[in-house]
Formats: sequence, C-alpha cells, structure tokens
Amino acid sequence: MPRILAFAEAREGTIRPVAREAVAAARALAAAGDEVEAVVLGGAGVGGEAAGLGSVGASRVHVGESDALKAYSPEAYTTVLAGLVRSGDYRAVVFPGSAMGKDLAPRLAARLGAGYASDCTGLELEGEEVVATRPRYAGKVFARERITGSPAVVTVRGNAFAVEEGSGSAEVVPLDLSLREADFGAIVCEVRSGAAAKLDVAEAPIVVSGGRGLRDPANFKLLEELAEVLGNAAVGASRAVVDAGWRPHSDQVGQTGKTVAPQLYFAIGISGAIQHLAGMRTAKYIVAINKDPDAPIFKVADYGIVGDLFEIVPRLTEEIRRLRSS
Amino acid sequence: MKIVVCVKRVPDTEARIRIAGDGRSADPAGVKFITNPYDEFAVEAALRLREAAGEGEVVALTVGGPEAAETLRAVLAMGADRAVLLRAEGAPEGNAVAEAIAAELREQSFDVALFGMKAIDDDLQAVGAMVGERLQLPTATSVTEFRVEGSRVTADREVEGGIEVVELQTPCVLTITKGPYEPRYASLKGIMAAKKKPLEEKEAATGEARSRVESLSYPPERQSGRIVGQGPDAVPELVRLLREEAKVI
Repeated sequence: MPRILAFAEAREGTIRPVAREAVAAARALAAAGDEVEAVVLGGAGVGGEAAGLGSVGASRVHVGESDALKAYSPEAYTTVLAGLVRSGDYRAVVFPGSAMGKDLAPRLAARLGAGYASDCTGLELEGEEVVATRPRYAGKVFARERITGSPAVVTVRGNAFAVEEGSGSAEVVPLDLSLREADFGAIVCEVRSGAAAKLDVAEAPIVVSGGRGLRDPANFKLLEELAEVLGNAAVGASRAVVDAGWRPHSDQVGQTGKTVAPQLYFAIGISGAIQHLAGMRTAKYIVAINKDPDAPIFKVADYGIVGDLFEIVPRLTEEIRRLRSS
Repeated sequence: MKIVVCVKRVPDTEARIRIAGDGRSADPAGVKFITNPYDEFAVEAALRLREAAGEGEVVALTVGGPEAAETLRAVLAMGADRAVLLRAEGAPEGNAVAEAIAAELREQSFDVALFGMKAIDDDLQAVGAMVGERLQLPTATSVTEFRVEGSRVTADREVEGGIEVVELQTPCVLTITKGPYEPRYASLKGIMAAKKKPLEEKEAATGEARSRVESLSYPPERQSGRIVGQGPDAVPELVRLLREEAKVI
C-alpha cells in the first residue's frame, strides 16, 4: 500500500504547528488507500505528542528520539529520513516550508535522487506522479510542476493547506537509529531567540505589515500593539523599510523577502509595489490603510480605509481590544 | 583561502512577468535582467572573506546560456578573480543545476562555496543544499553572517523567531540571506579590470531533470475591494465587516 510521509517538525522538544499542516498536505495528496504517516526527530521525549498527530490524519508516527538528534543537524536528519523512506513504498515526503523544512528537504531529495518542489500551494496525484502547484517570481505567476519518479519531495507554503481537526490517535513506532560520527556535518550549537520567539510572518494566520508611510521606525509600535490585540499575528514589513534598516529582513514580505498566505493581511502605509503585491496577494483577506486613494494597494485590497494611519490604527486597536474583552 | 560563489541571472524584481507562447516559460522580451539579489550578498561575503584572509581567490560560477556571461562580468567587476560559465540550454531545473555545479566543484579544491539563499525567479531555494549533499559537505542555509577561524566556521542561520548558530568545518557550503553583507558597487576601475579577467566557458554536466514545468498561469485577479470609508470614523464598520462578513477576527 503506497504511503505518504509528513515531516513533523519539532524544535526544542516540541512538535511545531506547521507539522500539522504538513500532515494535512499529505492527506490532501493521498489517493484512496494511501496511508499517511509522520516522522518526528529530536531529543528524548520529543515523541510525547506524536500520537496526537492522529487527530489530523496520520495513521502512524515514526519517532526518532536520541540525544544525538537533540540539536538539529541537516546531515544526520537526512540520514535517518533517507533510511526510513528507503524502507517502505513512499510516493511522497512532505515538509513544512519552514527554515528547517527548506534546509532538509532539498538535501533529502538529493540523497534519494528524487524530484523536488518547494513552497507548494497545491498537490495532486496524476497517475503515480505528484503534480505540484507553486508560486514562481514570488507569486507573479504560478507553475504546475510534474515531479518525475517516486518518491517526490516537497515543502508546503504556510497556511496553504487547511488543518482539519478530527479524533483518532496515531500508532507510534520507534525508529531504529544507527548514526555514525560521519553523519554529523553542520550542527546547531546555540539558538538565539528574537523577542520572545515571535511568530514568523510566513506562518502567522494574521500579518500586520507596515511601509514607508509609518515615517519612523519607532512608529512600528502602533502595528505591534494592533498585532498583540489581534493575537496570532506577526508584524511584517515592506522592502523599503527593511532596506532603510527599520525592520529585520526576516520580517520582509515580497520578492526579496517572504511570500505569505495568511487569513488576514493588513497593509498599513504600504503603497503596493509590484514585488510586495506578488508576495502577499494570496492572503485570504487584505485590508489596506493608506492616505493616498490612488495607491495600487487598494486595487488588491478587500477592504480599504483612506486616511491618516496615525489616527486610524490606534482606533482600530482600541476597537478590537473592546471586541476581544466583550 | 579559495572561495567559490555561485550566481544566477534573473529578471529584475520590478519586472512584470509575462507567460511566453509555449505556456510554460516566462517571456524574456523587454525584461531587464540583474544578478540575483541574494547572490550579491554571497559575492560580498566572499570578497570580504578574501580581504580578511589577505590572500586567496574568489571564483564566480554560473549555469546558463551565453547571456549569463554578462552576470559573471558584473561579479568580476565587483572584485571576483575569475569566472566559470557552465553552458546549458534553456532553464534547467534545480536538481540538474545542482548536479552541474557539484560536478564542477569536484574538480576544484575550495574552502567555502557560497550561494544566495534562493533565486528570485524559480524561488526553489534548494540548489545550495543539493550541492552540499552531492559533495557530502557540511552545509548551512539562510545564513545572515558567518565567521571563519582556521578550518572552523560558525554561521548564524535565520529561523522562525530567532537565529540558530551552526558550527561546521571547511570545506563547506553556505547559502546567504540578507545580513550585513551589503553588496559593493563596481567601480569604473573594477569594470575595466573585469574585461581582462579570465572567464572560462564549458559545457554543463547537468544530469537528468527530475521535474518539469507543465504550465504557468497568472494568479487569480483579486476583486477590487471596497473603500470602507475615510479616516478613523470608518474603523467600526471595518471591524464589523472583518467579523461578520469575512469572519477572520
């Protein structure tokens, strides 16, 4: 029976929410009769939540727990994953489109001699082969790409595959690990977290982005307050303000930053350059706040308010805070 | 210190992408091409590394058609010492490009191979890691900054919500994202000198393609939305719409 494997990414001993999206994407790809499985790697105890992946559709979770895997190493993780994939009839391996997913998946594809597609927003089977839909040029166009041969290795874009919570518990199977010292090349020796390990723009269900209209880096405080009352929101930025050094590049949305697909995207003081529009136009809903009624951003926004963001944003924050507390 | 830096010629970020008549490629007509912005960070990092070492060589490498020589000349003008163009027809997919680069790098000894984190045309973000795997070398991707002491390399990787500090040994492969390596401009002297620097051309040893583009399409046009109102007085209506119509808050 053909199987599809989802990489259930864990960091610091905890399975990350994107792992459930990878399982959901594997489910979306599965043909009738295909089994969806997951794999978790990490230090002792990382498999503690593994059975819970059954509620989103995994029938079996392979757990590789070892002190040797506690710190992330692309080479060692690849060795373990390649061993697992070679042991069974896997037609695809699905990774989250996260920093770890995009580090590991191409490496695994090269190890297996498999075809690869990244940041997929759609996956389907045609015959025995996987056909992926994915953005190119940051989303200025979308491609349908056929991956020849089996298995296919893919990463999926954050928020592109809906997670359906059900009931059910996965069978947990320990992985047989036999790693040699030569399996460890690059190894993570330290993790420096940003402000309280903030939510990433590529993963957040809500993104509040700011542009040059904010006038001064200190004014991003207004967007941070709005993001905080919304909850589950990340603060993003246009290229102009990142180039000016106001915000880190990791927050940049657009062609030289991240492409995002949140449920809700606020573009505040952003006029809407072509590179920025490409990166955020697959958001489900877009809200634009800008003083220029002719700004291109209004052409893609679902809802717009024309006016001074310094008056509008605090009012919006206050209104949502009131809503949340009622 | 020998550093190889891999670069790609891509459409300018300002370019509107039009689908060509074949339905599966982008029409290059009227499009301005640039050096992939992430690759420019890698070039800058390579030049600084050579400068800090006080000796060594920076080799620029690309896979592409004859027009890609223009990109290599631009990198030579920034300060690379020599360049290699691995000639390939069309736009080979990532796996094939990785194979061609790995085949070339097997012939050259080097300390560090640098790539841009991703190319902004196919957005694959894979070639550096694939080359690292093919050469069985330690690899770190999405690196904002790195330090080399003897054979020990420490690299800061950009991950969700923070930085992972990775340790690896030379020879190694790094892919570079935006950090402190603000690319320098080529000086007039650099541009003149670049014309005399060696640029070798040879056939790319691309392997078998493992994926192919079947079709390209434009993203669905978004319905132009509505202006809810002017100024802060429009806020309650916006909140109502987000809650009752869009159901997203």
